[in-house]
Amino acid sequence: MKKILLIPVFFAAVWSTYAQQTFPVNDVADERSKAYIFINATIVKDVNTTLQNAAMLVQKGKIVAVGNTVAVPKDAVVVDCKGKYIVPSFIDMYSDYGVPVLQKVPVGFSYTSPIRLTSDTKGARGWNEAIKADIDAVDLFVADKDKAKTFRGIGFGTVLTHHKDGIARGTGTVVTLADKKENLVIVKEKVSAHYSFNKGTSAQSYPTSLMGAIALLRQTYIDADWYKNNPDAEGVNLSLQAWNNNRHLLQVFDAGDKWADIRADRIGDEFGVQYIIKGGGNEYQRIKEIAATGAAFIVPVNYPQAIDVEDPDNARLVSLNDLRHWELAPVNAAALENAGISFCLTPSDLKDPGQFLSNVRKAIEHGLSEQKALEALTRTPATLLGVYDRLGSLEPGKLANFLITSGPVFHEKTAIFQNWVQGEKYTVRDVDDSDIKGIYAMVLHTVKGDTRYTVEVKNARTATVSNMDSIQVSFSFNGRMVNMSIKTGKSAQPVIRLSGAVDHNRNWKGTGEDAEGNTLLWSAEFVKPLEEQTDDVPKKIIAPQTKITYPFGSYGWDEMPRQETLLIKDATVWTGEAEGVLTNTDVLVKQGKIVQIGKGIRDAGAKIITGTGKYLTAGIIDEHSHIAVASSVNEGAQSVTSEVRIGDNLNPDDINIYRQLAGGVTASHILHGSANTIGGQSQLIKLRWGADDKGLRFEGADPFIKFALGENVKRTISVANNRFPDTRMGVEQVLADAFQRATDYENALKKAAAHTGKKKEPANPFATVRRDLELEALVEIMHQKRFITCHSYVQGEITYAMRVAEQFGFRFNTFTHVLEGYKVADKIKAHGASVSTFSDWFGYKVEVTDAIAYNAAIMQKMGLNVCINSDDAEMARRLNQEAAKIVKYGGVSEAEAWKMVTINPAKALHIDGRTGSIKTGKDADLVLWSDHPLSIYAQPEKTIVDGIVYFDIERDRLLRELISKERNRIIQKMIAEKKSGKPVATFKPSLYFSLSCREDEGAIIQ
Amino acid sequence: MKKIYFLSVFFSFFYTAWSQDDVYPAKEYKGVLYITNGTVHVGDGRVLDNATIKVNEGKIVQVGTGISVPQHDGQVKVVDAIGKQVYPGLILPQSDLGLKEISGSVRGSNDFRELGDYNPNIRSVVAYNPASMMVNVLKANGILLAAVVPQGGTLSGSSSVVQLDAWNWEDAAYKTDNGIHLRLPSFHPSRRSFFIETAQSDREEATRRALGKVEEIKSFFREAKAYLQETSRTAPNLKLEAVKGLFNKSQKLYVHAGEVKQMLLAIDFVKEFGFDVVIVGGEASWQIAPLLKSVNIPVILNALHRLPATEDEDYDQPFKTSAILQQAGVLFALNDDANNTRYRNLAFNAGTAVRYGLTKEEALSAITLNAAKILGIDSRTGSIEAGKDANIIISEGDVLDMRTSIIKHAFIQGREVNLASKQTQLYERYMDKYGLKQKQ
Repeated sequence: MKKILLIPVFFAAVWSTYAQQTFPVNDVADERSKAYIFINATIVKDVNTTLQNAAMLVQKGKIVAVGNTVAVPKDAVVVDCKGKYIVPSFIDMYSDYGVPVLQKVPVGFSYTSPIRLTSDTKGARGWNEAIKADIDAVDLFVADKDKAKTFRGIGFGTVLTHHKDGIARGTGTVVTLADKKENLVIVKEKVSAHYSFNKGTSAQSYPTSLMGAIALLRQTYIDADWYKNNPDAEGVNLSLQAWNNNRHLLQVFDAGDKWADIRADRIGDEFGVQYIIKGGGNEYQRIKEIAATGAAFIVPVNYPQAIDVEDPDNARLVSLNDLRHWELAPVNAAALENAGISFCLTPSDLKDPGQFLSNVRKAIEHGLSEQKALEALTRTPATLLGVYDRLGSLEPGKLANFLITSGPVFHEKTAIFQNWVQGEKYTVRDVDDSDIKGIYAMVLHTVKGDTRYTVEVKNARTATVSNMDSIQVSFSFNGRMVNMSIKTGKSAQPVIRLSGAVDHNRNWKGTGEDAEGNTLLWSAEFVKPLEEQTDDVPKKIIAPQTKITYPFGSYGWDEMPRQETLLIKDATVWTGEAEGVLTNTDVLVKQGKIVQIGKGIRDAGAKIITGTGKYLTAGIIDEHSHIAVASSVNEGAQSVTSEVRIGDNLNPDDINIYRQLAGGVTASHILHGSANTIGGQSQLIKLRWGADDKGLRFEGADPFIKFALGENVKRTISVANNRFPDTRMGVEQVLADAFQRATDYENALKKAAAHTGKKKEPANPFATVRRDLELEALVEIMHQKRFITCHSYVQGEITYAMRVAEQFGFRFNTFTHVLEGYKVADKIKAHGASVSTFSDWFGYKVEVTDAIAYNAAIMQKMGLNVCINSDDAEMARRLNQEAAKIVKYGGVSEAEAWKMVTINPAKALHIDGRTGSIKTGKDADLVLWSDHPLSIYAQPEKTIVDGIVYFDIERDRLLRELISKERNRIIQKMIAEKKSGKPVATFKPSLYFSLSCREDEGAIIQ
Repeated sequence: MKKIYFLSVFFSFFYTAWSQDDVYPAKEYKGVLYITNGTVHVGDGRVLDNATIKVNEGKIVQVGTGISVPQHDGQVKVVDAIGKQVYPGLILPQSDLGLKEISGSVRGSNDFRELGDYNPNIRSVVAYNPASMMVNVLKANGILLAAVVPQGGTLSGSSSVVQLDAWNWEDAAYKTDNGIHLRLPSFHPSRRSFFIETAQSDREEATRRALGKVEEIKSFFREAKAYLQETSRTAPNLKLEAVKGLFNKSQKLYVHAGEVKQMLLAIDFVKEFGFDVVIVGGEASWQIAPLLKSVNIPVILNALHRLPATEDEDYDQPFKTSAILQQAGVLFALNDDANNTRYRNLAFNAGTAVRYGLTKEEALSAITLNAAKILGIDSRTGSIEAGKDANIIISEGDVLDMRTSIIKHAFIQGREVNLASKQTQLYERYMDKYGLKQKQ
């Protein structure tokens, strides 16, 4: 035996089960060998190896030997595990065990409340309270007996725990769930560094948005790198110091949703970090993109409950997306397995951790292999944590962390009896049904003589007694004793009550009282085991009927559509070019491009679209939109936030993409809101319904940024504004100051680049000058590498904005809204900006009291490039009507009015070479209308982007039927679930919202 | 802050006054007016080609072809509508017009929402500002009458119908206190906000709370009913007194309800109290259209130009709701409640409804005669028929399609009203500045 013991001596110093040496003992010494040998067990040694009829020797908290032949040391306690399984206990990668965060109500951003500009954290720390890189879970860790018991009960022996608060959350520590002094349960002190998009309890306003959180992370990576050179200007910054120290650890990111997973991975890519990503359970909906991250995943098994949808009026408000996810959530783990993604399972998001094993079983029923499930709970987390040499399988030298179960660990009828942690036994379930199950011959020695019965014990709580006119038998077995009460006859007669002890041969002996109150002795002998059907294997259920569509909710595609050769025949073609309107004309589309316009075009391979009596135009381009954005359009905590990017924040599942296709829109300029003077970088997209966020982007287009002036940025409706500026005077200075700072920044960089130590190497200016994402974007503007769309209303502010720009040598690309543009059309013309306005909005703020519907017409007559935009997810569906209003208000020609929603915005966005008109060589972004496109009676019948028909009115009608059928099917299934007595969630409407410039308002106020 | 408010109110008022001080309400016209040779859309579905309308003392006296027009009579006014479309003046059936000026940022300009829960005694008409910046803009788009409705609380008060060419509210009043407005609580728990999950208790309680509120409303009316049975009273209760018109049916009860359950309860009110009920909002009315028809409850639909209620709903559901009501035979009017355009697009909401299933004349009725019926003013207006007020507009072309919806003339009670507004004046002013020629 000693030989075997020698091998793991290396660990013993730290991982012994001795009482800790430095602590005085208030008793006499009580050293024991703590050796246990488990024999006759089925031992699942690791994911790949199961030993039948094997033994395992454990001593002083560690495994000494495992195998079919293991020498039994004399001082070992022998535990007979006949019929039982020994399995490595599970490891949770995503726990907050012992380091819980005190829950505070999350601080949402309100448009009217004061801004919190500074951090509440004291000391030599960084500027932002949400960067808590200096928090170490090992410092805060306090063992928690109740929690440990809960998680041991579902098979866990070890967890990686961290403080789940903030965007950077500091380090995590690996601890076991043993009930010991903290000193002894810590396996590895600092293992991981944790990140998220959620600022948690930070009361500081920045960041208010997801894109702000992303910008903060990116800037912090940069700052930390710069801090390595100990810049005088920064002094000591413990947050950045810790950030840098944490970089060599495992990097874990809590993303929590399929798209967020991808966002997190992109940040990692930029800074050379491969995160382990904590997902949200809906990864299966975009498994290809998830696999492409190359990340290992930690996924929860918190499937949604069926919703109470019996009331049809309520059911209507539950979206198909939610209905489908209810049905499909258990396939998530299997999808990860099939895609070859390395993953762990975590109970962390479960409200009731007791659900864990049954939910893992559900995953197995939905296609996850048992082996993978075990791997996801043992070897994978142990390997990721770098502790597979100590945990994750049953091998000599490893910690004695294992489960004793009644059968294969994921089988439905399997019970966990004991969860051994560091060689200590923790009983999960005292009673093993197999210890008591069987047929017994019972004899009651009553005053009237002996009576004999047969007792059939089904489990520790159920038994029946035959040969007796019994109605009710209550039975219990607690591992040592049995209790029975038997009610005979139909009357309310008292019962016969028996209690007795069970010996190791399964014979019972005890005393009792009969119905008359006479005491009696009784005994029972084990006769034979129960004849049982042993079909305890997980049932593979039929794959759910729900198909995964792109996007996942209603109106998605079963498969993404591909480009085809299309020939639109015999339409009235509004070219938007000098050719004007061409009647009875054909347009040929190949590989996403318009290749031919003319009469009588033939192409054998083309799919014919009949355009007779219909109108073909270029797709509508919305210069000002806020669709397809996840969670937020404003980073409102500061007046200058040019570091944030709407593109970080796209939501490709937004149903408004589809609705706007149905309104003839093919491209949208997704803007940051108007909460601050210099807002975030915008994102031009094409409405490629079903694509991921990258696929939505208008590739190769010039980058833009949103600026804003006037009432919103000075927070007019706030009665407690403390954010500079509060007046238009201040807004002008914010602009001037920002570009002065950008100029200084650029000069500093140039200077730093010039001062190079080694002559042949180009100097890295960022070694000395802190790279600043905010100023970098402004420098781009000054060099015509980034262009401004500026929210503006009154003439004075439009003018001063232009003057500031001119002073710094650039120009405003576009003034948007620009409702007093007509007052300074000549000045705007001289400056050289495009204008993008509403057709007829007015009267909703003081700054729009002079707004007139003739604005576009005057500006057009003054020779400006005029666009009509929406800024409204509904109105964007009718931009053709909005353009038609310019015919009404000011008598602009129909041709010119139409350009205001097509080629003019294309020009303003620098994409007129690609789209915006029907011209050979341009992208096939087209709309086939039922009627004259400026008529209120016109309706798009087909909307084509890049030669793909993304909206087709006939397909839409078909989808409506399918959606209705599928909704009904799943709703019926949920109702059946409720009827069957399973718990259902109280009805709540599905999340569904549209954002506007001021998303907090709910209504669209611009 | 008060000072700042004071100043901004002062300025906005100042601007408003300044910009429109030369757009006067029209003088009363007692004489005879002929509108000749136009295509007359009666408002009830009929279209009369090349027809003439004779007006006397502000009332339509004759409509049709073959009406002779006296030549060279200085006492008679003749407006040639040849090639033009003639319609009844459009009616905005629900609005905060004249009560709310600068909705977002100037509290002092807002008089549309009173404090308190049961305010049946509140009367919107007394706060109506006929010089509101919006009034002339709406008139220029053919809207000649509007219901002015108070908001807030459960019983918000009474609305009145105003004509949009007036010196003061008493002049403007077209039908005073035409109905009382009731706002029902929502039966749906609020949708999750992005940051905070709705509490479980909130979700469970939404229905219970709503039902409790409905009981409270009913109790109010039961008490009012009892109160009103006693006629000799020395100390009247203003609130209970105010709902008298509901019981004697001189007033309608406008129930603001969008959800199915809310509308079902509105029907219940008819049954228990025998009120003349109108549903306002009616977002989900398409789901219960036959039921609404069977109890003859009319609906004022909120603007068509809105997004569907759920992700899964047909993208054009709000556009086609009116056609579903039409088909079921429900009396309905269309409204425009868009805050950013201040209701000037009423006609175009109706135009969109045409694309999604109404005929043009049905859509016209929905913003003229139907609205008049629902507001209780159809004996006086809503169609171009003898005996009614001469509330008439003449459009260059199809009034429902913006390209041709250019109002050339408008008459309220026979007076030809000025269609200029601050918007047209600023247009002129800047066209002049730039030396551009106006075309309209």
